Amino acid sequence: MDYKFIPSVCSYCGTGCGVLFQVMDGKLMGTMPLKTHPVNEGKLCIKGWNLHEHVNSGNRLKHPLVRMNGHFRPATWEKAIEFASNRLKEIIGKYGPDSVGVLVSAKITNEENYLAQKFARACIGTNNVDHCARL
Amino acid sequence: MTNSISEIEGAGCIFVIGSNTTACHPLIARRIFRAKENGAKLIVADPRRIQLSRFADIAVNHRLGSDVALLNGMMHIIIKNNWQANDYIQQRTEGYDDFGKTVEAYTPEKVKDITGIEPRDLEKMAELYATHPPASLLYAMGITQHTTGVDNVKSCCNLALLCGNVGIPSAGVNPLRGQNNVQGACDMGGLPNVLPGYQPISDQDVIKIFSKAWGKSIPSQVGLTITDMIPAILEGRLKALYVIGENPKLSDPDWNHLHHALKELDFLMVQELFLSETAQVADVVFAAASVAEKDGTFTNSERRCMRINKAVEPIGDALQDWDIICRLSTAMGYKMAYDTPEDIFNEITALTPKSYGGMTYERLGINGLQWPCPELDHPGTPYLHKDRFPRPSGKAQFHAIGYRDPAEIPNHEYPYFLTTGRMFAHFHTGTMTRITPKLDAEQRTGYVDIHPNDAAALEIEDGDMTVISSKRGEMEAPARITDSVSPGTLFLPIHFGENPTNVLTNSKAFDPLAKIPEFKVSTVNIKKFS
Repeated sequence: MDYKFIPSVCSYCGTGCGVLFQVMDGKLMGTMPLKTHPVNEGKLCIKGWNLHEHVNSGNRLKHPLVRMNGHFRPATWEKAIEFASNRLKEIIGKYGPDSVGVLVSAKITNEENYLAQKFARACIGTNNVDHCARL
Repeated sequence: MTNSISEIEGAGCIFVIGSNTTACHPLIARRIFRAKENGAKLIVADPRRIQLSRFADIAVNHRLGSDVALLNGMMHIIIKNNWQANDYIQQRTEGYDDFGKTVEAYTPEKVKDITGIEPRDLEKMAELYATHPPASLLYAMGITQHTTGVDNVKSCCNLALLCGNVGIPSAGVNPLRGQNNVQGACDMGGLPNVLPGYQPISDQDVIKIFSKAWGKSIPSQVGLTITDMIPAILEGRLKALYVIGENPKLSDPDWNHLHHALKELDFLMVQELFLSETAQVADVVFAAASVAEKDGTFTNSERRCMRINKAVEPIGDALQDWDIICRLSTAMGYKMAYDTPEDIFNEITALTPKSYGGMTYERLGINGLQWPCPELDHPGTPYLHKDRFPRPSGKAQFHAIGYRDPAEIPNHEYPYFLTTGRMFAHFHTGTMTRITPKLDAEQRTGYVDIHPNDAAALEIEDGDMTVISSKRGEMEAPARITDSVSPGTLFLPIHFGENPTNVLTNSKAFDPLAKIPEFKVSTVNIKKFS
């Protein structure tokens, strides 16, 4: 049996409480407060204690989906990326880069946000980048 | 936040306005209770009788959208009693005279007419805030989600400056961020007018630095905000949208309008954990990894950049968001290749020398570091503006702000005020919390809070289904009779897709500068479902 605690940060509100994910044999079992953390000092709210639940949910998307004739079809990453890339290139070719908008996310990491806006600005060539901070 | 979360415990007075802290930021509320135990005074101003009101030295329920008048009224009283910090105002601020003249007009009687607050309550608020330093002001979306959102924030800053509460520990102006990495998304340049580190698009030198670093010349024209994107879609200017980890279909104002706009798009691409309301209408959906399935950093409300660590492998074929973006970009001809998020982080710190420049994964450790952290030996910054403000003069600016009405005021057709928000067990559009059994058990459906007097007049009983309508549309929700709302005001939570609150809210009323919609004030009618 492999049982470990992985330090992380709660992804609900903007407080940023330190958590420990309990992992047994590669499966996420629970969420514990991080005792020494400067933000929450070993406490969590009801959402934080249940942070792991959404990760294990049966409703999670497990593979990319591509809409064909009005219906979603499961796709490989290669196919989904190729489909998306072709459609975007087509639209940029026809209407220019400012016809594309990118909504980055207050849920993903700094590194991912950085890449998402870099994608918009350097790859597509538009500053149409925003997220829900103003919502 | 100008100051740190732990500093709240050291405050002499805490003023909470437009934040339902115990429900939305429970671990920050804990600091408020600790401060109370240490003898701090607590002021709560909120249109609803929130839980925190019960612990306050003074709690008021001001009319929706009247925050500027309330704050000007407090400042009027502070100046009249000469409680302001004169040395601080002289040494560290400018623009006091114009501001003082504006505030002069906000007598307690005038403020009562606008806000409904009794003069003696306003006086007590002013006295507690001004005479128990250091005073910490906490706010959330109750201040910002208004057509006067920027005015409201500036008024909060005026109050803090007036009493010398910016640039010292345990004080400050502290917006509580609603999402785990909304601070980081802004810091990383997830905005149409700035690049990472808030470096403006309009600055040619900045454009040069980034174009060189990225090996591609980048556009220097400011882009569209999310509020501008919707009309741009309807006008045919915006054809494709890439939505990462957001559910605008439930979170944005005026659901019908947005639903129509999304259908007009040629191409909608959504990157998500779940088949959210927005993902359901997409052309391509990318399955993304969750918080426990990836490495990287989040930056919290107090500017603390902290590492998250992969605990388990992503479910199914799901990929980490950074990996998906790299694959897509490379497929489109702009190569992005990184081995780890740490490589990306090192690129970020090189391009944001003033804020993240001194950070490395090793230095972040478990506790993280608070920006600005410009050098590798810099300890991070627990509170901002200690010696100077980031303006050419080094001084803070007072703003003369007059009160303006919200966009909608109740009338014959729509006689009720509606405000919206979160409840303790759920988060935002509920995609994560509603599938969590213990949280779902706390609240399974949407509801509308209505005052007992209004319910009696409409012959609505607790649990009765009601129909709520606005100029935009109508929705149904079971009634919850409570005096937490004032007579004439209704409250709807935003978490429930089958009771989509934003069918009612107004997408045409937003702050002219910040473009934030007025979620906190709209007018509606309500009747019993028959």
